[in-house]
Amino acid sequence: MATPTVLSTQSITTANATPKQRTRGERVSWSTTIILLLCAVTVLLPLYVTISMAFKTDTQSVDGNAFSLPAPFSIDGFVQAWTLTKFPVGFAMSLLVTAGTVVATIILASFAAYAIVRNWDRRLFRFSFFYLLAAMFIPFPVVALPQIQLTGRVGLDNPFGVIILATMFQLSFSVLLFTAFLRSIPIELEESARIDGASTWQTFWRLIFPLLAPMSATVGIFAFLYAWNDFMMPSLIISDAGLQTLPVRQNLFQTQFSSNYNVAFASYLMAMAPAIIAYLFAQRWVMSGVTQGAVKG
Amino acid sequence: MSATTSIVTGGNPKVRRSTKRVEPIYYFFLFPAVILFTLAITLPGVVGIFFSFTDSIGIGDWEFIGFTNYIAAFSDPAILTSFLFTFGFSLVTVIAVNVIAFLLAVGLTAKIRFKMGLRGIFVIPMVISGIIIAYVFQFLFMNSVPAAGSALGIPFLETSILSNPDLAWLGIVIVTAWQSIPGTLLIYIAGLLAVPGDVYEAASLDGANKRQQLLRITLPLVMGYVVINVILGFKNYLNAYDIIVGLTNGGPGTSTRSISMTIIRGFQTGDYAYQMATATLFFIITIIIALVQLSATRGRNAL
Repeated sequence: MATPTVLSTQSITTANATPKQRTRGERVSWSTTIILLLCAVTVLLPLYVTISMAFKTDTQSVDGNAFSLPAPFSIDGFVQAWTLTKFPVGFAMSLLVTAGTVVATIILASFAAYAIVRNWDRRLFRFSFFYLLAAMFIPFPVVALPQIQLTGRVGLDNPFGVIILATMFQLSFSVLLFTAFLRSIPIELEESARIDGASTWQTFWRLIFPLLAPMSATVGIFAFLYAWNDFMMPSLIISDAGLQTLPVRQNLFQTQFSSNYNVAFASYLMAMAPAIIAYLFAQRWVMSGVTQGAVKG
Repeated sequence: MSATTSIVTGGNPKVRRSTKRVEPIYYFFLFPAVILFTLAITLPGVVGIFFSFTDSIGIGDWEFIGFTNYIAAFSDPAILTSFLFTFGFSLVTVIAVNVIAFLLAVGLTAKIRFKMGLRGIFVIPMVISGIIIAYVFQFLFMNSVPAAGSALGIPFLETSILSNPDLAWLGIVIVTAWQSIPGTLLIYIAGLLAVPGDVYEAASLDGANKRQQLLRITLPLVMGYVVINVILGFKNYLNAYDIIVGLTNGGPGTSTRSISMTIIRGFQTGDYAYQMATATLFFIITIIIALVQLSATRGRNAL
């Protein structure tokens, strides 16, 4: 007699206790919060070291204590890094490569995806889809050597060559995302535009492209993160060191100036900052974009 | 799931249009991507495979030498070690990243304080350049960790792990994990949020405790997401380059040289055709993994 009562009370209490995690207005799990805060420290610590080292003086930066706060506070590292890495040129190159890759990827991929989805019954278009998709399985290192040679031969061993190659490596994934999204747009929507006399070109730009905006954001975020942060491709393709992007310029502190820690970290910080600032402003987009991209792709 | 929808919706225009000719503008939409793609990826791929059967050094004359490069590659300890290192490193990293990211995602979807702030912080590493963060960690591993080790009197930490050929790989795993946990984490959060709350209610009515719920309910329900993360991660880690260059530059010696680095370094010292054979072998392995990936994805759609 006693057993069922105990069981039912127990189940009521547990039933109350467990969904507590998920529904609103319930007890906050402080133990989980504290564990996560400690984990967040491991994320922030390298960033803290970067920032504090960047603001130290030459002498303080070599005292062996990376975790101390800068005393005195100095922007000397930034001043030196600015001229040593030719920051303005590097920044312009990174910006050029990133903007070029983002724009080219969105336009080429949405163009191709639109043509493919609207002509899916044609063998040529279907075949093109699988052809473009196949590149998902071709990593850059596999074709890097001939690409280095060919870009050199046709005069594309510069940021423009990087834009083309980076766009092509982003293409498969982006076409996949755009086609998946386009297939969910009802054709009736487009037909009404055509009845109003719009051509295919006009329909694409006035109706389809605006509808694609959320996917373009996802595709753009992936292209941005890849193009802004990549080291391998620009380091191999761009032959003139003066035209290098920011990540590649940082190897200066591995070869020469390797003990000017404050200068090196100031330079790292300047190279990281634009992406971090962009992320802080577009946090929600980045999070939902990455999730969407991975789940749909 | 997407495959089914594509066939269904793709079927619609078929009925209407198959009698009409394709509007020329669609070729204009399609061809720039296809032509550039062919020139930038397919052509170099074919050229590369062609030269892997020659003795070219990248410039000047060359001759066909058949499979010589491939036979040499199979018995080249430098290449074999780099393949072994890359696979071992990828396997360890993929396991570490997924376990940590999954647990973090469980925590971040629980009822906690500062939820959005914490999520925001955990995603930051994703937007930072791999090579730059590798330089930062290199400084920490070479200077700060040994300093802390001697201050605390832990002899194990007093010498940098990066200068130990047996342990340097661990540093690469740590930095790669640090950088790639965010992406994995976001996918797990999406997966966990898609699990309806009432299954937990039902489970707890049946007397399942928290750990049982996690292993018996949550994990099977997000298995599809585990598959995506493992596949995407493994593919990325096999191509590891930036972080290794920044952290150990392949060293000490060649103990942490990945396949990508072996190909590039070999080329820089004049082994064009030979390293193209390595690249081709690497490509074949990637294709095999892709096939496994395809069958696994089919499994995911069934879930």
